[in-house]
Amino acid sequence: MSNLLSGAKILLNCLGRENVDCIFGYPGGVTLPLYDALYDHPIRHVLVRHEQNAAFAAQGYARATGKVGVCCATSGPGATNLVTGLVDAMMDSIPIVALTGQVSTKLMGSDAFQEADTFGITRSATKHNFLIKNIADLPQAIHEAFYIAASGRPGPVLVDVTKDVFQGQAHYAPVTEIHLPGYKVYSEGHNGQIRRAAQMIWESERPFVYAGGGIIAANASDALRSFVELLDAPAVCTLMGLGAIPSEHPNFISLPGMHGSYAANMAFSNTDLIIALGVRFDDRVTGRLSSFAPHAKVIHVDIDPAEIGKNRHADLPIVGDVKRVIPKLSSELRDLSPAMKEKNSAARQAWWKQIREWKEEHPLRPEISDSEVKPQHLMAEIDRLSGGRAIVASDVGQHQMWAAQLVRFNEPRLWINSGGLGSMGFGLPAAIGAQFARPDKLVFAVVGDGGFQMSIPELATIANHALPIKIVVMNNGYLGMVRQWQELFYNNRLSEVQLTSFPDAEKLAGAYGFTGRTVTSASEMPQALMAAVAEPGPYLLNVKVSPFENVFPMVPAGGALNEMVLRPPQPVEA
Amino acid sequence: MQQIISLLMENKPGALMRVTGLLSQRGYNIESLTVARTLDPTLSRMTITVDVEPQIRAQVIKQMNKLINVLQATDVTEGPAVNRELVLVRVRTIQQSRTAILKEAEIFQARVVDSTVEGFALEATGDPEKLDEFIDVMSSYGDIEVTRSGIVSMSLDNKKLRLSPPVPRGAAEEVLELQGAD
Repeated sequence: MSNLLSGAKILLNCLGRENVDCIFGYPGGVTLPLYDALYDHPIRHVLVRHEQNAAFAAQGYARATGKVGVCCATSGPGATNLVTGLVDAMMDSIPIVALTGQVSTKLMGSDAFQEADTFGITRSATKHNFLIKNIADLPQAIHEAFYIAASGRPGPVLVDVTKDVFQGQAHYAPVTEIHLPGYKVYSEGHNGQIRRAAQMIWESERPFVYAGGGIIAANASDALRSFVELLDAPAVCTLMGLGAIPSEHPNFISLPGMHGSYAANMAFSNTDLIIALGVRFDDRVTGRLSSFAPHAKVIHVDIDPAEIGKNRHADLPIVGDVKRVIPKLSSELRDLSPAMKEKNSAARQAWWKQIREWKEEHPLRPEISDSEVKPQHLMAEIDRLSGGRAIVASDVGQHQMWAAQLVRFNEPRLWINSGGLGSMGFGLPAAIGAQFARPDKLVFAVVGDGGFQMSIPELATIANHALPIKIVVMNNGYLGMVRQWQELFYNNRLSEVQLTSFPDAEKLAGAYGFTGRTVTSASEMPQALMAAVAEPGPYLLNVKVSPFENVFPMVPAGGALNEMVLRPPQPVEA
Repeated sequence: MQQIISLLMENKPGALMRVTGLLSQRGYNIESLTVARTLDPTLSRMTITVDVEPQIRAQVIKQMNKLINVLQATDVTEGPAVNRELVLVRVRTIQQSRTAILKEAEIFQARVVDSTVEGFALEATGDPEKLDEFIDVMSSYGDIEVTRSGIVSMSLDNKKLRLSPPVPRGAAEEVLELQGAD
């Protein structure tokens, strides 16, 4: 089948074949032909108020569903505004496709109006990128982009399309096959290695499961859960992996690392076998690498061969998709002799006992005051209303860490945050993408007063579509995490971290036509939060919290996990 | 110590930038780089010489192999490989030294590619150390100008090239509804 179509229409046909139902974007001069074709096309386009938020919203969509998120921007400033969102998706392995317009082929390189070297600028911000100067290459590139974004270790892919390609006409024949000879996707895992891993696991006395974002990306939560139950090992989920195991699962400890629990970090420091599944031994998890898990051997399963051995030597590497490898590992474990399984049962019981003691010694418990709202109290209330079922899109900073510590996630894809890049301004647009993807879900945008002010323009998008997002601003009047570091490591010299002149929430939301409210006391906060959730439309709840609360436990940068500081330094009594 | 990396890659715009970007991103200086197409004109062979700390080397090769346009990246520093370089030298000299220069050139199996009253232009190939010596010797006869090609390397290993097969996109029997055909 073939038909004469414009490049813009060919592109939309390709998106249709990739089952795209929603694009987050912002039009401009060069993408005029594309937006003209979109005018009467069934694909939904969501007009955001800044291109960076188009990329974040596409990520929110992708993170909430696992489908490829799509964003779109014009040439020059439109494309450069996407860059933070692309790098963010790269760091967290989120599948998105970015479509950008480029000036006409004959103008390229002439410093034309709104020209930028998008292909060059986004080279290191994407898993792969394309520059399309010939309409004949367009369909192939679009399908390749979706395949690359979603397969292997997922990531962002950008397709830069010149204006003459959008406007040109060509016979369109649907692409039925793509060929990327150099793109290797490792999925099965080496059977011999998997068998040896099973052996190592039964020989271990203090096994410890370290699961991350790879489990979520691979939709391998069920496989992970049966594996953990079969082994009856304690398990942690990283910031990117929260929800991979239900937070209420008896084998789940908490988040590990810089702001992880005492039990999680002590377990790392004492385990004799780390079973690392879809993780990358990030510095925020390991603390000082040379002191990390000194007694442990490591089994490392990851789809990306470059992650294995990158930070921590893997005694037993398995390159493969956790969704394929974990069930194989489980079946190998089942096949081993009963004698083998019994061998270390006494030691393992002692290990569990030790972990329970650590948990009881220093639990992650919210602080609650009678007068002011403690930020932890706020998170505990969000947790109560969510019941482990709501989507929580977080921004970056102290509130993110408290939410990760205290809010339960009993399913994958509920916890949406910028983990690797730590991009402030992520939470609100990501919540928009998530709410479009999951209209059935209660969505909280949990943001700080800093990050919220970076994404205020998107209140218009929320109002425009009457998205019932519950925006909860944890307002401490500071860039809290930076202030925390200035307090602890820079002699309390608070430099440029105070955020004054926060707008009146009621008036701000009111200006956009929805409800907003500010609460300042611990007694009215739970009610106010319930009222926000009960509201059928959007709601902006500005919660003034105690301004000087800090996140603990904390492993100081460069410290070892077992050197964590458990609580604020107490004033020395005279 | 210099690492020599041999890459087989797709002959596409931007492919070179992706490879060099991996190195510049980490602040590594590329000592030499040669690239040209292979028997298959859709592919190029690249040889890079770069100083990478030994503990990072495996990581850099893995990252290169992850690039979509790279079919195979191999560290040939230690492996069985032939490494050659070409150098062009212009030497300005006095009349009395001309014969001596030609004699030296013969020792290094260099060829004269140009001859003027001011001196010679010479071409030599060989392993880089031999060329260093050749350049040294020539500089003793007067002012010289040097252009080196950088190392080209050929692995003598029988490493099998593993390529990914084509991937189907969309169901074959799919009836496509074209939106608003012109």
